[in-house]
Amino acid sequence: MAKIGTVKEILITTAEVYDFCKEFFVKAFTPPFEAKEIIKQCFSIGNKSFLLISFTSLLAGVVFTKQSQPSLSSFGAESWLPSLVSQAVVRSLGPLITGLICAGKFGSNMGAELGSMRVTEQIDAMEVSGTRPFSYLVVSRVIASTFMLPILVIYSDAVALFGSFIMVNSFNDTGLLLFLNEVSVSITYLDIGSSLIKSALFGLSIGLIGCFAGYHSEKGTTGVGKAANTAVVVSMFSIFIIDIIILQFLNLVR
Amino acid sequence: MPNTAVENDNTISIHPKKMIEIIDVCKSFDERQILKNINLTVYDKENLVVLGRSGTGKSVLIKCMVGLLTPDSGSIKILDYNLTAINKEELNELRLQVGFSFQGSALYDSMSVKENLEFPLKRNLAIYERQKLHELVIAALQDVGLEHTLNLYPAELSGGMKKRIGIARTLILNPKIMLYDEPTSGLDPITSGEINELILKVREKYNTTSVIITHDISCAREVSDKVVALVNGESTLQGTFDELKKSENSELKQFFNY
Ligand SMILES: Nc1ncnc2c1ncn2[C@@H]1O[C@H](COP(=O)(O)OP(=O)(O)OP(=O)(O)O)[C@@H](O)[C@H]1O
Ligand SMILES: [Mg+2]
Repeated sequence: MAKIGTVKEILITTAEVYDFCKEFFVKAFTPPFEAKEIIKQCFSIGNKSFLLISFTSLLAGVVFTKQSQPSLSSFGAESWLPSLVSQAVVRSLGPLITGLICAGKFGSNMGAELGSMRVTEQIDAMEVSGTRPFSYLVVSRVIASTFMLPILVIYSDAVALFGSFIMVNSFNDTGLLLFLNEVSVSITYLDIGSSLIKSALFGLSIGLIGCFAGYHSEKGTTGVGKAANTAVVVSMFSIFIIDIIILQFLNLVR
Repeated sequence: MPNTAVENDNTISIHPKKMIEIIDVCKSFDERQILKNINLTVYDKENLVVLGRSGTGKSVLIKCMVGLLTPDSGSIKILDYNLTAINKEELNELRLQVGFSFQGSALYDSMSVKENLEFPLKRNLAIYERQKLHELVIAALQDVGLEHTLNLYPAELSGGMKKRIGIARTLILNPKIMLYDEPTSGLDPITSGEINELILKVREKYNTTSVIITHDISCAREVSDKVVALVNGESTLQGTFDELKKSENSELKQFFNY
């Protein structure tokens, strides 16, 4: 009995997820567009994560460089440090750090916010007054996170590389220009492009998952907590999955 | 749509237009049947009170009327729309003409009272002009006597104020039909009295047809033209307030003697 119940639930959830994503893509590309709300959400995403991403990325750059230095210098390859670090940061570290921070911060935020609106019938109230809550609440948030993640990733890359430069500079007095030169030589457009596409996908999945969890939140206060929790766990998981898929794909291309 | 004279041959001369007609509506959640063959009709400018104990499915019934829930069987006709066979555009048109006041007010708590009232205007009627918005918002707030709350947030309002702001937010779109889900629950008798007066005033001013869901006897007495008692999810007991008061049904008796 219980088993049939869970199978049924999984099927129902799958159908709901499918409908949700379909509705998102349909509404995202049909007017009226929610420009004002999208800009507001973009601003709020940037604003809320700016400090955290700065700090974490800087530390990641510093720590990664410091940890790689001994092993590289034991091969006498210390001069490869900037190249190693920049590839690691742009290809993997930057998107991953930003993605995980945003999943934690905005996934839970969207889950809880929309969840409590669902529970207190605010979404129903929008629905019955014909004010198109899906576009207003979901489409705007998902577009904002899809758009903002690549921007945050670029910023995070820059800060991490700066942190790495500080370390490299302290080891062997490499100048900024030389460092930047080595960085630019070792990163390809494919690296940058794929990292941006990857981060846009991170943003899309964080937005869709967070909003889905909130929008379909169960009734009652536990529903809100559960929605926020699901949003974080599932979107973090999805980030790793996307990361792996993109990596496999790139390995084919390279 | 045919006009009323053709539509209801047998009742033409006595009754005005049928605004809401619910026929044999059933609704179950999982295995539990909540609504059993509900039948009711509301005519133009009439106030229908739906009376019933907590958990009999009053909120479920009223949510079926705006398409928030779909009945398992039966038909619901509101204005000229058949809710059981309605597409999305028609449902939206209908919803603009139906005001729904939620049991828990459902004010948007991230917005101030002013923004709450402006929201449906901006998104439905595409009114963005400051002056116009302000006039409409103030007019709606005056209707419910709460002009001074303009810049407050829902968290700063009392329960009764929230209810009235919720009503103002639906009135602002000039609905033809008002659905009130427990407008007086959890309020003291004086505030309840004020809400009752508000419901009557709204009908006078906006010519609305209303369905009022309640378990508050004094509210039913004050505002009803007709009362339907939901007992065990059935709508067999209908009549005026005084007729129902004389009913022999045991559950209903307890209700009235309370
Ligand atoms: N979405 C839902 N899913 C499952 N069960 C529901 C749902 N909505 C309502 N119910 C059930 O339907 C029954 C009737 O609920 P409803 O909210 O209509 O009661 P009510 O008559 O409005 O009571 P009250 O006076 O307390 O508001 C309840 O037993 C409730 O558990
Ligand atoms: Mg109720």
